[in-house]
Amino acid sequence: MIEAHGLTKRYGDTLAVDGLSFDVTPGRVTGFLGPNGAGKSTTMRMILGLDRPTSGDVRIKGEHYRRLHHPLRTVGALLDAAWRHPGRSARNHLRWIARSNEIPQPRVDEMLALVGLTSVANKKAGGFSLGMLQRLGIASALLGDPEVLLFDEPVNGLDPEGIHWIRRLMHTLAEEGRTVFVSSHLLSEMAQTAQDLVVIGRGRLIYQGTTDEFIDRATKQTVRVRSPQLDAVREALRGYGATFEEEDGAILVSGMDSNEVGELVFAAGATLHELSPQRGSLEQAFMQLTGEAVEYHAGQGA
Amino acid sequence: MITLLAVERIKLATTQAAWWCTAIAVVASLGFAALFVGFAGDDFALTVGSSQAGATFGRTVLLVLGVLVVTTEYHWGTARTTFQAVPSRAPVLLAKATVVGILAAVVGLAVGFGSLGLAMLLEPGAELALDGAADWRAVAGQGPVYLLTAVLGVGIGLLLRNTALGLAVALVWTQLVEGLVVLIPTIGDDIYVWLPFFAASQFVGSDVGSPALGLGELPLGPLGYGAYFAGICLLLLAAGVWTAVRRDA
Amino acid sequence: MTLLAVERIKLFSTRSPWWCALVALATTVGFTALIVGNANEQFPATVATTQFGYFFGLAVVMVLAALAVTTEYRFGTIRTTFQAIPNRTAALVAKTVVVALLALVIGEIVAFASWGLSVLLQPDFDLALNSTADWINVAGVGPIYALAAVMAVAVGILVRHSAGAISLLLIYTLAVEDLVSLIPNIGDDIYKWMPFNVANKFLTGDGASNAGRAADAGAPLSTSPLSPGWALAYFAGTAVVLLAVAIATAKRRDA
Repeated sequence: MIEAHGLTKRYGDTLAVDGLSFDVTPGRVTGFLGPNGAGKSTTMRMILGLDRPTSGDVRIKGEHYRRLHHPLRTVGALLDAAWRHPGRSARNHLRWIARSNEIPQPRVDEMLALVGLTSVANKKAGGFSLGMLQRLGIASALLGDPEVLLFDEPVNGLDPEGIHWIRRLMHTLAEEGRTVFVSSHLLSEMAQTAQDLVVIGRGRLIYQGTTDEFIDRATKQTVRVRSPQLDAVREALRGYGATFEEEDGAILVSGMDSNEVGELVFAAGATLHELSPQRGSLEQAFMQLTGEAVEYHAGQGA
Repeated sequence: MITLLAVERIKLATTQAAWWCTAIAVVASLGFAALFVGFAGDDFALTVGSSQAGATFGRTVLLVLGVLVVTTEYHWGTARTTFQAVPSRAPVLLAKATVVGILAAVVGLAVGFGSLGLAMLLEPGAELALDGAADWRAVAGQGPVYLLTAVLGVGIGLLLRNTALGLAVALVWTQLVEGLVVLIPTIGDDIYVWLPFFAASQFVGSDVGSPALGLGELPLGPLGYGAYFAGICLLLLAAGVWTAVRRDA
Repeated sequence: MTLLAVERIKLFSTRSPWWCALVALATTVGFTALIVGNANEQFPATVATTQFGYFFGLAVVMVLAALAVTTEYRFGTIRTTFQAIPNRTAALVAKTVVVALLALVIGEIVAFASWGLSVLLQPDFDLALNSTADWINVAGVGPIYALAAVMAVAVGILVRHSAGAISLLLIYTLAVEDLVSLIPNIGDDIYKWMPFNVANKFLTGDGASNAGRAADAGAPLSTSPLSPGWALAYFAGTAVVLLAVAIATAKRRDA
């Protein structure tokens, strides 16, 4: 539904987005993951025709955004909740947007009710809290009942209740068969929201596929070993050529599963006090992966 | 296009800038006109033209409004929302210029006829009937002049996109540059007769406020100057729209 | 001193002062070059002529000074400032002093650059600064810029809104005073006492620095009845009163 091919954006000397290609499919929530400054917002602006790619292109349902007729009925987006005139009321903000794409005016009040802003509909948006602004932004994204939805960091600054609400909303939208593309710099957030992931670092694609697979691939598997005969265990591991490190009187073995480690220790005749497979934290893994992308770039002298 | 005009009408009517500028333009212009007429006394021959003494003030306020309606959209990010809704950009920007222009024209007519009405009230004895094309231009001509001035503001706003910069350029140009150019020896006068707001003043025929200069034969007549002023304003608008369409939002 | 350092850091950690100084210099000097460069026997270059463009720099300096305050309100840093320095009078006076000093420096640079360029362009005309009037006409630009910046800071504090403050300042300085002078009968009497007309009196006095040039071939002389010294005092007084009103308002108001 969204297809990017070799998408590139250069600002002066900096390459914000570098040959990015990916697909986003309908019926699923696709996370767009990368550290701050990785080029997520720039990519989203290019999808929406706000910024022109330096090269490459991106299409929605096979069309360039700028060629869509009444685009808000095809694509709804929340890029920055602060994009509103502070002197204009929530209802009037939605009114002009609706009018621009000939969306019937009753839809404005429906959306205000959906996001829970009915009671403040006639208040100036300048006095809104960040949470209220996010809700207003989501209302404007949903105004045209679009098949494709883009959200840029929608949970930023929200309270837990608000975060939960947005997650549920995105799942509902995807279940209705819509394409939902949501960016975040937090893998833990995406792990709970997105079924698919597009991961970028320094403007380049690092991964595209399911979230589960990414997490499997990303998290480093280690086995924690505790034993009264640590010296013997060390000896055996070295003999086997295993990599390990020590931590609080225990050994963390990487690159082997617990069966292999258990057998090796048994063969060395050591007593086991603990043999437990460990998973690294998601955030650690993610930082490692995108960190590699950073290093890769630095190494190239780009 | 009707749709986009409605969009821009909603946008303009739902923020305070338009109301403030309209109020200030009308009150300040008429207030100054009242002062002017009120203190004119017997030794001063009040005419239809001099009843419009305050009109340049309101014109400047509408120039400010023209700049503001664009730069505030860029500042608050609603320009991007607008371009998301209308990705081809040019139609919606032209709609904006049209809506602001229409408001400005209404304000201009209100100032023009309001000033005249005020003069008639304060000086019932003066010769203030609208006789001939020149008198009509002086009064009703404020409508098109205000319209074009606001459109010029929109053009400047689109080119500069920043409120402080846009206002500074617009105001320094209209209030300072045009007055100072005449100080340039020899060539100053030749430049002066081609400056946009001098042209606008020639169109309405109001000589109040422009320094009494021996400019000699002017290169254009009032209607020619009107067309020239319109050309400059529309050209700047076109340049603004063209840049906005090409630039990243 | 600490407060001055704080405000100095705030002002110079953005690029706007440099840009403003550059624009003030470029527009003023550029315009001076046009005027002086075209001087001839009929319209000779004089010391006063070299400063005909001073309004350009003045407008830029006032915009800069107003923005120094209004952007703090817009971005909320004024609250951070008042949090760090609960004595609002001290904080705002420090800001005013720093902005005014910058304006003073810009004014002197602009004035002497305009004069220097003129000397280069027209070596045949007598542009030497050989009287008090000549010196005041050039070196006096700095103090006028500084005091105008104080007024602009005051208006910025009162209006708190960039667009409003800039419009008000520029329309007032560049248009309203002249418009007032057009009011029949009483206009001239009011105009005599309007601040920027009085400031002009300080700079050009009775036209001594413009000797040799016909009165109608230059900027009109100030109609103020004050002597140059009193004119400066009057202009300074207006600025200080405006600032005092603004600070009193800011103290009473929620930040």
